[in-house]
Amino acid sequence: MKQNKALYFVPYTFWLILFVIAPILLIIYQSFFNIHDDFTLENYQTYFQSGTYLKMTLNSFWYAFLITLFTLLISYPTAYLLTKTKHKQLWLLLIILPTWINLLLKAYAFIGIFSMNGTANQFLSFMGIAPQQILFTDASFLFVATYIEIPFMILPIYNALEELNPSLISASYDLGANSWQTFRRVVFPLSLTGVKSGVQAVFIPSLSLFMLTRLIGGNRVITLGTAIEQHFLVTENWGMGSTIGVFLIIAMVLTMLLTGEKKKKGAIR
Amino acid sequence: MGQKKFKWSNLYLIFVFIVLYLPILYLIFYSFNEGGTMNSFTGFTWEYYQAVFADKRLISIVLNTLLVALLSSLLATIIGTLGAIGIHYVKKRQTRNTLMSFNNVLMVSPDVIIGASFLIMFTFVGFKLGFASVLLSHIAFSIPIVVLMVLPKLQEMNPSMITAARDLGANNLQVLSKIILPSITPGILAGYFMAFTYSLDDFAVTFFVTGNGFSTLSVEIYSRARQGVSLEINALSAIMFLFALILVVGYYFIQQYNMTKKQKSRERERAKVVDLL
Repeated sequence: MKQNKALYFVPYTFWLILFVIAPILLIIYQSFFNIHDDFTLENYQTYFQSGTYLKMTLNSFWYAFLITLFTLLISYPTAYLLTKTKHKQLWLLLIILPTWINLLLKAYAFIGIFSMNGTANQFLSFMGIAPQQILFTDASFLFVATYIEIPFMILPIYNALEELNPSLISASYDLGANSWQTFRRVVFPLSLTGVKSGVQAVFIPSLSLFMLTRLIGGNRVITLGTAIEQHFLVTENWGMGSTIGVFLIIAMVLTMLLTGEKKKKGAIR
Repeated sequence: MGQKKFKWSNLYLIFVFIVLYLPILYLIFYSFNEGGTMNSFTGFTWEYYQAVFADKRLISIVLNTLLVALLSSLLATIIGTLGAIGIHYVKKRQTRNTLMSFNNVLMVSPDVIIGASFLIMFTFVGFKLGFASVLLSHIAFSIPIVVLMVLPKLQEMNPSMITAARDLGANNLQVLSKIILPSITPGILAGYFMAFTYSLDDFAVTFFVTGNGFSTLSVEIYSRARQGVSLEINALSAIMFLFALILVVGYYFIQQYNMTKKQKSRERERAKVVDLL
């Protein structure tokens, strides 16, 4: 049996070393090389000294925060109401279905909807407002990013609410609480685990949505992800790209620590 | 709860669903537009669907994408299932938790980090970018989800079954093929499906490790979308939506199957009781 167990582990361990541990170490290693392949701390120096990188990082955090906030505000009521519907499984399936459509296609749809003669502007002129430049603005980026992340927030919150013991709610009512008090004191605190894993599932990817900043944000919004993609695939300055990557990893670890080590439920990515 | 309140809540849900589906339906609707734009519908045409099927390059990209998805999810399922069985048998709790944290690293890492670090890794070992690098990356990021899907099924498995099998003289291979694998099949299937969709859906990682010459659908859509609107993409998205719909329905049935056969048998018993009455 001993030998057998070891056999199970061989391919898995290979994967663990080659594709989990090695890449992280390599990205840290690469961050110490400048564009001329010299071993320096130059990249870190540039990161902290030139204001652009720090500003970009803060900006990226701010956008990710906004996206997470909007997503949460829309998703919490949706998840809550979902638990009250009759055909839960069917509704839930309908929530999941859009996540199976390629993200690029959804972004592409918004290029059409938000374009100068697109549906959004037709609607505006119908309402008596002159057509506006909607595509390539910060607002359009926020809107599309929120749209894409909504299902990933709904699922964990829904799961947390579903696991909630209904007798706790009955107890709360029996003890004389009204529905608002029950929600605030019982339902919401108990669903916080779902909110936390939802925030985790939305905030971290929001820091790195480079395709949206390119297609929808028109390069006006630069997130950490956009900067990394730029450094790796356009300017080929891998060292600086890796340095930003290291900060993105730090941001990821911090987010995970803050939101607690919860298993991501129903995260589809 | 009052009747009125119930209706308001349904209204909100319906609104959210409309918002979720509108862009997708919008894409599909205009794929039939004769006018060639995404804003005014001038007439019905199948032209763009014909264009998709006539576009040899696009078809070969679709086939590439499917090939990568099928192969990567299959290999990821095999490695992930074996890994999950291995993790399940680790006795020390500390070691198991460490293994699980490492397993989940790729689940929570942003795509850009995965893509960039894989790119560094492939260049570091001198691996040529192309089909193989994309395939390896897809296998790599699909393994953790398979492990996460299979592990709960292993924990649900009754350990005395294995003891019983051993007492009856089964060897390791027999235990694996006759006891363990059948009882975790739903988890394996769910893992396979998830891995398949991960692979189909992925853009960022592929974008980093694809190099020149090899392209998947997401990468192709990205480069076309950057050049503006082309209704061929709309037609393609309609086809993909149908495909996703089929996949989701398939996944739904697996989930239903997963949803404990106990429940079903209980329902059956109840039906029997009703019949008797």
